[in-house]
Amino acid sequence: MYQYTENDQTLIDERVAQFKRQTENYFKGELSEDEYRALRLRNGVYIQTHAPLLRVAGPYGLISSKQIRKLAHIARTYDKNYCHFTTRQNIQFNWPKLELVPEILAELATVQMHAIQTSGNCMRNTTSDHLAGVAVDEIDDPRPYCEIIRQWTTLHPEFDYLPRKFKIAVSGALNDRAATQFHDIGLHLVKDGTGEVGFKVFVGGGLGRTPIIGQVIKPFLEQKHLLSYLEAILRIYNLFGRRDNKYKARIKILVKETGLDKFTEMVDAEWAHLRDANELSAERVNEIKAHFASPAYDVKADSDHTFAEHKANDKAFATWLAHNTAAHKVSGYAAVFISLKAPDMPPGDITDVQLDAVADIADAYSFGEVRATHRQNLLLADVKQADLYTVWQKLVDLGLATPNIGTATDMICCPGLDFCSLANAGSIGIAKEINEALDDLDYIHDIGELKINMSGCMNGCAHQSVGHIGILGVDKKGAEWYQITLGGSSENNAAIGERLGPAVAKDEITSAITTILDVYIKNRLEEETFLEAVNRLGINPFKEQVYANN
Amino acid sequence: MQIIKDKQRVDNTWQFIADEESLVAGDITVSLARWLQDKATLIAHSGKVGLRLKASDTVADFAEDLGHIKLVELNFADFADGRSFSQAWLLRGRYHYQDEIRAIGHYLPEQVFYLSRVGVNAYASDKTSALDSVLNNLNDFTVKYQPSII
Repeated sequence: MYQYTENDQTLIDERVAQFKRQTENYFKGELSEDEYRALRLRNGVYIQTHAPLLRVAGPYGLISSKQIRKLAHIARTYDKNYCHFTTRQNIQFNWPKLELVPEILAELATVQMHAIQTSGNCMRNTTSDHLAGVAVDEIDDPRPYCEIIRQWTTLHPEFDYLPRKFKIAVSGALNDRAATQFHDIGLHLVKDGTGEVGFKVFVGGGLGRTPIIGQVIKPFLEQKHLLSYLEAILRIYNLFGRRDNKYKARIKILVKETGLDKFTEMVDAEWAHLRDANELSAERVNEIKAHFASPAYDVKADSDHTFAEHKANDKAFATWLAHNTAAHKVSGYAAVFISLKAPDMPPGDITDVQLDAVADIADAYSFGEVRATHRQNLLLADVKQADLYTVWQKLVDLGLATPNIGTATDMICCPGLDFCSLANAGSIGIAKEINEALDDLDYIHDIGELKINMSGCMNGCAHQSVGHIGILGVDKKGAEWYQITLGGSSENNAAIGERLGPAVAKDEITSAITTILDVYIKNRLEEETFLEAVNRLGINPFKEQVYANN
Repeated sequence: MQIIKDKQRVDNTWQFIADEESLVAGDITVSLARWLQDKATLIAHSGKVGLRLKASDTVADFAEDLGHIKLVELNFADFADGRSFSQAWLLRGRYHYQDEIRAIGHYLPEQVFYLSRVGVNAYASDKTSALDSVLNNLNDFTVKYQPSII
């Protein structure tokens, strides 16, 4: 993974010093609440229901074992012994003391981590495919481009006070695992007729209150133009994005209100001034690519026989393999998901003890690297098949081997009313209830691939509108109600879920979900996934049963 | 009143003339609307002339007049309105404006490092103590990732 140069380190050290001063000035009364708010947000600090929340950047999801140990240390020393992984591959602490945040950031800086631009109306952490560099369907490795974008976006002097937040995601594979079409800018690595790798550029996608699928603004952008083209889009957005209403301030609204053709014209006119002056050189790309060279794979990894024996003899291991591992481009290796969706833990949460143990496993079996996934799990990208059984056993002991990746209980969930001051309804409690109702693993495996996303308010941090089943918490006269959508998808066939009907009460939401699953089981065709069934059947069969029963 | 210009404290010699006010002798700034309306008169003015921009003003609207304009004030009504940053960049980066660009109004001394990087070289403030912060904060970072004006 990328290793900081002296410049990178200096930059984050200087940022820590700057934020320390800002925080001191705030406590001295020299910065107003509003002024400090803008500054602290740009350093990852929200003020939540109970305490500040600190969001630390996981650059396109890559975290070293050393960094994982630091997160464990921070959870132990400054928080309540756990942290949370988000859908944008970041890490959140729920209970730090505001006055200690500069100290926490100084600790993070010692392991090349920071919280710069993880919130606020600025360019956020660039996200990507958790299988980057190891995926079997990869066109090219997106990580070097992510790092180039990370550097370009970090402390960009012109674009730090945008109309609203701005998120960029990059996918290098045939299958989009980074929800790129729901980002302000989505980039797909593609090849042109000559085999040259460039970018298909999507713009104006987003979730939240007004979910919109991104549109293609440039079918093929040459690599050398990456940063100048991003600059052109950002300048048009900064100058013309709406600032009168924060709910209409995202670029998706600008694109929608302007129209894609006119917006494209504006970007191209701006770009014409920039494209030749700010080219990204091949040398620069290669220099960054060198940081992502493949690790020293064992060329004989696939000659191991113990793996097949264990798989044949241990059903639980075989089940875990089927659900919690992904194919690897190198024969004899697999990518291993660490499920952060155990029934007794809030989705995405992990304890300090688990973090330390995960760091040890990563060091021993996966080149010292851990990745955060878009669906709030972790991944060990490079595990030899001979080691899979041992890794599985260790993960089982840690409660990190629930074989549910991609299934009904692998829910994406926001902090909800338990922590978040924006929430209208609880989400963690509902996730737990659904988990308890679906406590039969065979049933979950029979249902198969299913993405349930649940947000406690319409800001949609848990991407409910693109869940195969989406659950949205709403407030009705002080009571918690839940709106259900079906048929959303953030993959290649991007779609926004259709609303099933009126919201259901808190004590009925779990049975509504189980009813929906029953309708699927009864009506599915052979091999038909839940999403395919919803697309074929429409929502009516589900609607009839849910509202008949409730 | 003192301002910071090119990292030095200097006296402000400019006076803003509101749209309904008559011109006075000496160095003056006016709104873009007034400039566009009374350009000939303003060009004939005995002192130097500058513009006071709102964040919503368009730099291209006066780009060809820049030879006559010796100061551009970026007037922040709201420190979070980032359009002024792009205005500064366009003035320097696109139109190669060489004279003074001054931040005024409700910007934060905490923003001056970024402002300097997009080409702002002067800072006014109602609070004298803020000028010390401006001078200090101009040195917040010694490294940067992007090309910029300075």
